[in-house]
Amino acid sequence: MIKLKNITKTYGKADAATEVLKGISLEIKDGEFVSIMGASGSGKSTLLNILGTLDVPTSGDYLFSDTNINTLSKDQKALFRRYILGFIFQQFNLLKKTTALENVEMPLIYLGVGAKERRKRAYDALCKVGLENRLNYTPQELSGGQQQRVAIARAIVTNPKVLIADEPTGNLDSKRSHEVMEIIKKFNKQGFTIIMVTHEKDIALYASRIIYVRDGQIEKEESNVL
Amino acid sequence: MSVTDRLKKRKAMFYNAFMQALREIKRNIMRSLLTAIGIVIGIASVIVMVNIGKSASLSITQSISKLGSNVLFIMPGQHNGPGGISSVTKPFKSDTVALLKNSILTLKAVSPVENASMTVIYKNQNYKTSIKGINNDYFTVQNWHMNMGRKFNKRELRSGQNVCILGKTVIKNLMLDSQAALGKRISLKNFSCEVIGVLNEKGANTFGRDEDDVVIVPIKMFQRRISGNDNIHLIMASVKDKIPLEEASLQIEQLLREKRHIKNDDDSDFSVKSMTALLDTISKITSMLTVMLGSIAAISLVVGGIGIMNIMLVSVTERTREIGVRMAVGAMAKDILVQFLIESVVLSSLGGIAGIIIGILITYIVSFAFHIPLILDPAIILVSLIFSMAIGIVFGIAPARKAANMNPIDALRYE
Repeated sequence: MIKLKNITKTYGKADAATEVLKGISLEIKDGEFVSIMGASGSGKSTLLNILGTLDVPTSGDYLFSDTNINTLSKDQKALFRRYILGFIFQQFNLLKKTTALENVEMPLIYLGVGAKERRKRAYDALCKVGLENRLNYTPQELSGGQQQRVAIARAIVTNPKVLIADEPTGNLDSKRSHEVMEIIKKFNKQGFTIIMVTHEKDIALYASRIIYVRDGQIEKEESNVL
Repeated sequence: MSVTDRLKKRKAMFYNAFMQALREIKRNIMRSLLTAIGIVIGIASVIVMVNIGKSASLSITQSISKLGSNVLFIMPGQHNGPGGISSVTKPFKSDTVALLKNSILTLKAVSPVENASMTVIYKNQNYKTSIKGINNDYFTVQNWHMNMGRKFNKRELRSGQNVCILGKTVIKNLMLDSQAALGKRISLKNFSCEVIGVLNEKGANTFGRDEDDVVIVPIKMFQRRISGNDNIHLIMASVKDKIPLEEASLQIEQLLREKRHIKNDDDSDFSVKSMTALLDTISKITSMLTVMLGSIAAISLVVGGIGIMNIMLVSVTERTREIGVRMAVGAMAKDILVQFLIESVVLSSLGGIAGIIIGILITYIVSFAFHIPLILDPAIILVSLIFSMAIGIVFGIAPARKAANMNPIDALRYE
């Protein structure tokens, strides 16, 4: 489904340029759960951002079901994210002073879903992450693990094909991390393709495949049959 | 997608942006209030200024027409523009008054009016007031009636006896009683005069001057005792009913030109003015004033708009991460633009509505306190509302564009 061909990314210009990605090629199949591992500065986050169309590669091709994503306009990329992708961030990135329900509803606004339907779908999504009792809590009133579950509900509420998760457990303790990973794993089983960046081995092991990135290149790949 | 579908979608988008804007405003209620206060003050002052301006000019026009729209003012010297009189040429004499009265049949009443400011004394009270030298026609011209006593008699007028008629304000300030005042003698400068009458109360005139603050004496006495000559600087005449003012005015002009030996193509060295002309001038001045006050208030609106822009810019910066998240879940630049633009428009419009309400309240209070007619011009209210919305758009554009042009990855990384 996803094909990256020789992706490079260079920041800065001329003399001060730093090459963060040095030709990455990979393929991700529909329904896969892929972890991208690497030390900080290895380029794994940049790679994920390019996959999420939040960042643009300097060269190389990004094919999604044979569509070249690099040739899309800004607005088309927004539509691609709107319909195809869901995002989970390390910092949760929930809207402050906004209830869990409203946070989960937010992406549906851009899909043009009516208010009633929006509420229902947001409620369903929150039920799926076990927060049916926290609908009207604002992020300040929720624990880190609960906040991340709201964020997951927000990511899946639009029923995307691919979930992009950037260190989803980076701000959580070990117990909450595993709770959150179980939920993500569950969504993978339900058919969501998941691409996750992490630097923790035990978290990466939830995936069916682990890609190790080092100095902007793929070091090795491991299949994980658990 | 059909056109109706697209329209529906667009409507939904605006509705959602509107609801989000309201939520956002509520979320930062204190900041929103402080932001909108500039607009509130601006709109309120525009409403008050314009409405008060209008009612002031209305009350001026009303009281002038009450004063007599059939009155002509005949003055020596040439008028140039509102208020400006060139050097006074040959003044009129008493015979001019008689001439006008006797030769021009379209005139109902003709009275000289000489004016001086003097202190009047009764017992240990003294009071500075205006002394007017006139004849009995003055009461007709000014539509003035006696409250007590009588007008001047022929003998008093002819010989300029020391008699006077007092206005209510003078009575009050000399600690007199209308009834008791009759027959008393009051002192002016170095002579005294006997009070023979008291005028009905008239109240303040158009220009806020108290009309009852007056002492009326026969013109002869004024000339003899006060001015020391028989010059007359103003003649007031009222025209008979159903006679056009212009006609009488023309007759007066012709007669006086002849009398004063003015050659055919020379300008007159006197002028004949009517209240209507004065009315025009005044309404010009007041509408100019209204526009001026309105513009000053409008400047405060612009300042308010800049306030909105400032806060919106701060808000955009503060909400950079939120913008990043919205972009990540698929908001296009134009969605972000519309969201922030609507937020600033909603903010400024709410400010505008609050300003309109406060403005109307203040107009009420002011018109009540200053006894001027209450006018609420619906046009200015509508204009204010539209203007406040426009301010939201104009001053919301820059912050909204700043938000919309953000790069999603930079916005998400913003600390």
